[in-house]
Amino acid sequence: MEDMTNKDVREPYTEHRLCYYDGNSRCVLVKDEETPFPEGKLIVSRTDLRGIITHCNQAFVEMSGYTEAELIGQPHYILRHPDMPKAIFKDAWETVARGEKWHGYVKNLCKDGRYYWVYATIILNVRAGNAVSCTSVRRKPSRTQVDACIAYYAQLKQAEV
Amino acid sequence: MQPYVMTVSPDFPPAQIAGWYIFNTWLQRQLGVPIHVSLFDDFASQRAVIQNDGIDLIYANPFDAAMLVREKGFTAIATPLHKSDEAIIAVAVDSPVQRIEDLTPGIRIAATDDPDVNLIAMIMLEPADLSAQNVQTHTVDTYVLVAKRLLQGQADVGFFLRDAFQTLSGMIQRQLRELIRSEIHVIRHVLLASPRLQEQHQQLRRLLPAMNTDLKGQGVLASMGLQGWEIQEQEDTEFMIDLMDTLVN
Repeated sequence: MEDMTNKDVREPYTEHRLCYYDGNSRCVLVKDEETPFPEGKLIVSRTDLRGIITHCNQAFVEMSGYTEAELIGQPHYILRHPDMPKAIFKDAWETVARGEKWHGYVKNLCKDGRYYWVYATIILNVRAGNAVSCTSVRRKPSRTQVDACIAYYAQLKQAEV
Repeated sequence: MQPYVMTVSPDFPPAQIAGWYIFNTWLQRQLGVPIHVSLFDDFASQRAVIQNDGIDLIYANPFDAAMLVREKGFTAIATPLHKSDEAIIAVAVDSPVQRIEDLTPGIRIAATDDPDVNLIAMIMLEPADLSAQNVQTHTVDTYVLVAKRLLQGQADVGFFLRDAFQTLSGMIQRQLRELIRSEIHVIRHVLLASPRLQEQHQQLRRLLPAMNTDLKGQGVLASMGLQGWEIQEQEDTEFMIDLMDTLVN
């Protein structure tokens, strides 16, 4: 996956290098600017069992700032924000792999460096008894819960160092 | 021969009851098999008959579709063209509430027992930290009665199926204000056929999409409030069920 550049992100921004579970890494440019979640909508995507995006709806495309063609075939961590602790995603993948539903609050990074908060649910898609993919649905979160997560995630990030 | 039984999710508009009987007459002629229409006033009595395998063809809401496909082996045949299930949360026009986040625990909700609408509407209340545990819900039989409770000040918000809200009289609509409406697009009613109807599945898939191409078919569709049918592949239904699964806590 390509590094983010100032072609897509206007100053001011901060620069971070993210290292992902699969050994890849990427430079991301981050703005301290929130994009509000679209009222009444759901952001929906599907990935294969490796986390590669195979389907996304229009709300996903609009919020992320990427085109559908830019998203399909990419790892879902294309939206990873550096404020998100690794432990949250580890818990999500382990929960879903057990066949259980995972819920949680996630801060996502847009192509233009801005961010948006979601309440996410991920489930395993089972067909004829076999796990074939994952569906993730994001909805507008409670601001109270987001505020609590901001503090909690900062603690988790601190512990990663 | 024991007739097949067709039913419709109880959330369909009462004005379209006759339309489903007309559809049934059309369907019997096309398929050459006897079909009996059995309508239910509420979801509980319909589900009891479904559990006893007493239904062969059903225009199901997405909530029930999950159970019918996964537990009863029903097959998705078709969905209505350009018609997704969307919910509206409305308040009385003079309510001080301007946005969802203005609502507080303890609010009084007027709703029907429509599971899809209630699910989607409760999700839209989450940003205000509201859940079934901290609201008071009063269930009534029809969307007109939901509106009535709002107009009489007996409820703070009302849950409506979008289509039902739009068919309220102009006078009622002018006294209500839409707070939020969902734009989910992929949650839709679906026509499902039981394993007992297996022999007719292919014919149904051939007949239904062509229904809006002839005058008679168009008339039948109009009486049901539909523009036409489009084929629903099994994977489309599985996907919708997965999506519903993410929404149910």
